[in-house]
Amino acid sequence: MRRKVYMAAGYNTISLGTGRKEFHPKKPRPGLEHYFKEAARGTLDQIGGAGNVDESVVGNFMASRFVRQAHLNALFPMVDAALRHKPATRVEGACASGGLALLSGIRSVLAETADVVLALGIEVQNSVKAVYGADFLAMAGWFPNRKEGHAYFFPGQFSDRTQAYYDAWGKDETRPALARWYKNAIENARLCPTAQEYTNNSEDLISLGMTEPDAQTFTACLNVMDCSKVSDGASAIAILSEEGLKRCGISPTDAIEITGFGHAVEDITQPPVDPLELSTVKAATTKAMEMARITKDDLATVETHDCFTIAGLLGVEALGLAEKGKGKDFVLEGHTARGGKIPFNTTGGLIGWGHPTGATGVHMAVTLWEQLTGKAGDAQIEMPADRPYGLSMNMGGDDKTAVSLIMTKIQ
Amino acid sequence: MNYKEKFRKVSVLGAGGKMGSGILLLTAMEMFRLARENPKDAPLYQLNAIDVSEESLRGVMDYLRGQIRKAGEKQIVNLRQVYSNQADLIENGEIIDQYILDVMKFVKTGTSLELAKGSTLVFEAVSENPELKVKLIREIDGDSGSKTWYLTNTSSIPIGKLDKDAGLGGRIIGFHFYNPPAVQRLVELIASQKTLPELKSFSVDFAKAMQKKLVPSNDIAGFVGNGHFMRDILFAARQVEKLSKDHSLPQSIWIINRVTQDFLIRPMGIFQLTDYVGVDVCQYIMQVMDPYMDGENLRCDLIDRLMEQEVRGGQNPDGSQKNGILSYEKGRITGIWDMDKKDYIPVDTIEGEVAPDLGSLPPGHMPWKDVIRDPDKSGKLESYFKSLTGEQSTGAKLAKEYGRNSRQIGELLVEKKVAASTDDVNMVLLTGFFHAYGPVNNYFDN
Repeated sequence: MRRKVYMAAGYNTISLGTGRKEFHPKKPRPGLEHYFKEAARGTLDQIGGAGNVDESVVGNFMASRFVRQAHLNALFPMVDAALRHKPATRVEGACASGGLALLSGIRSVLAETADVVLALGIEVQNSVKAVYGADFLAMAGWFPNRKEGHAYFFPGQFSDRTQAYYDAWGKDETRPALARWYKNAIENARLCPTAQEYTNNSEDLISLGMTEPDAQTFTACLNVMDCSKVSDGASAIAILSEEGLKRCGISPTDAIEITGFGHAVEDITQPPVDPLELSTVKAATTKAMEMARITKDDLATVETHDCFTIAGLLGVEALGLAEKGKGKDFVLEGHTARGGKIPFNTTGGLIGWGHPTGATGVHMAVTLWEQLTGKAGDAQIEMPADRPYGLSMNMGGDDKTAVSLIMTKIQ
Repeated sequence: MNYKEKFRKVSVLGAGGKMGSGILLLTAMEMFRLARENPKDAPLYQLNAIDVSEESLRGVMDYLRGQIRKAGEKQIVNLRQVYSNQADLIENGEIIDQYILDVMKFVKTGTSLELAKGSTLVFEAVSENPELKVKLIREIDGDSGSKTWYLTNTSSIPIGKLDKDAGLGGRIIGFHFYNPPAVQRLVELIASQKTLPELKSFSVDFAKAMQKKLVPSNDIAGFVGNGHFMRDILFAARQVEKLSKDHSLPQSIWIINRVTQDFLIRPMGIFQLTDYVGVDVCQYIMQVMDPYMDGENLRCDLIDRLMEQEVRGGQNPDGSQKNGILSYEKGRITGIWDMDKKDYIPVDTIEGEVAPDLGSLPPGHMPWKDVIRDPDKSGKLESYFKSLTGEQSTGAKLAKEYGRNSRQIGELLVEKKVAASTDDVNMVLLTGFFHAYGPVNNYFDN
């Protein structure tokens, strides 16, 4: 990269939704304004205030329908008057909106138009029941296909991918791997106080994960444990140049360096070229690793977009940790678990921590920043000295937009 | 006339009540299903919601819209198939809105019985008063030539009596839903000796279409459900009387309510359940049943005395619980009726006075809502009741007596040929009363 780019001062709100003790579907809940303020404030307080910010960017997918609010970039001055009359942008790429917000900030720093960018991702989804939320989320797909699509559009899409995986590689071996992915997610979430599944105390997670799907009420191949949460929440982080770090008084030990990024899109009007592969995620990740001049063997941990358990397995394969069809074995052998070769989604991922769609890409970055700087609390993993990198793979829609980032502790 | 033709003109009497409105809902949804099978028949179906109260009928329309929406939300996967040919309905929300309109269009409300004349089917869900039911049926049925079939929701009146008094010649059957009909899976089916076989066959098909669990009961007053419930109340009242020698009446009521709910792991204590159904309704059912009970007295002095003081229970129109034997705040028990003071004594006061005498819950106890969800429900219950039968506390002793009596009632219902089997009795209590276990069991043998 032409200029060093850093991240620091990450902040996550809780991921609110079913599972959290505070959540009651019939009681009033904090809304968009609350989460926006809390996350932005959480980061601003760590970088010496809004006066240090050159520009801001917010990633959001569907506030226009979930809470009937567009034009979210103009919310920044609500947080702090010092952000009035400064640039702010809202970006959207379905569930990769958070990743796009980060990229937007990275590009501004690289272009030398900013030294400090406040990047924020946000979504509030519990404003409607899941059956109606599914309509809003379906807009991440090609709308002319909605009529023929499943009632729960994206669970339907990924159920189809699961069926393809079963057909190609066998259901008997795959289903236990999906259950294992669920178990890992919940166990990791139990270590993170902001996670939606933080207080999940189910004893037999594998049996739950093995629950037979019911096509009459949901999908043919996925049960609800296979799905990410319906979540309200926000995450924020600062993207900085070297000058930005100095301006904000951030110690290098509290920041991480972005050494590579990849960004790829695929034709939304077309079905997946190969349902057994996340080819766009793979393309973005390959680019990111090439830019960072590393291989998968240099990675200590990965945050992958497990909107569904099958996406977890396919993410492992897209990264090249396992060949096509072998992702299930890699997971079953425990390599992606907390104590495994390469821990994935160490605070629970989309299934365990939660999936406030527009915030997820930023949440991934905050988790990696916490792990790489030793701020992950009970969720902290050991960072091997010979593998000092973290990777995030954020996906929008059914593998239509992908943002991958490589990060490392400042050397 | 085949199954679907019987839905050409259906009338629900008492449609403004909780049972009637539920029956209306289920019938409307069944009409929708039939209409989708043969869309050209759709305009021929008519569902009359009849009640004396216009206000109730207005409330019923709101209730229907809300319930159809809930049903649509649950069935959305199937509804998308149902509406797959309507290109303009794309999102789930659009499909559900259309479903509500399509189901509601069958329903016509009115306060006049004239609406019901010439019905192919009449669902009767008015109050549990034999004279009223007969009067209404006679008025609809006219002088002669009627082919209308009647499905009565009575929970206690012998069907043969209604048939005879209304002169229906077998065109009536007992189709007893549990409250609320939209949720409770149980239907007791009571054919009299004269009930037409084709009416019985239709009723079986209708219950199946509504995905109800059908349990047959012989035509003996009270049938299976109230046959057990009323005797359960009588036993509770006798236990209260015994306890009242050493305790105040509110204390005794609290003890039995606590034993029946917590020690016996039931969804409600017996007096809370009495309030839920209505003290007045329970008294009425006992009065209806009593003349038919050879060698048994189904009158309850405690219930009669409560009614003299106008302690009625029952539910408010919004479904919340009215005060009865117990008082309530947001569904939580807050007091016990004191007949001397004619007021409620705070439950905390009574609990503090008598809970220590009762003893703690035996080891292995789980609240009812946890037990019914437990994959190892049978094992957990087996283990808990084993521990309960080994306990000597007052609470455990009362629970054992109560459990044994409940079993005796179940066996009596089979002996008196009300129920065909103890399995049927257990099914009614499991599905109609949401008990975690059937009354005929071996838990209290030791």
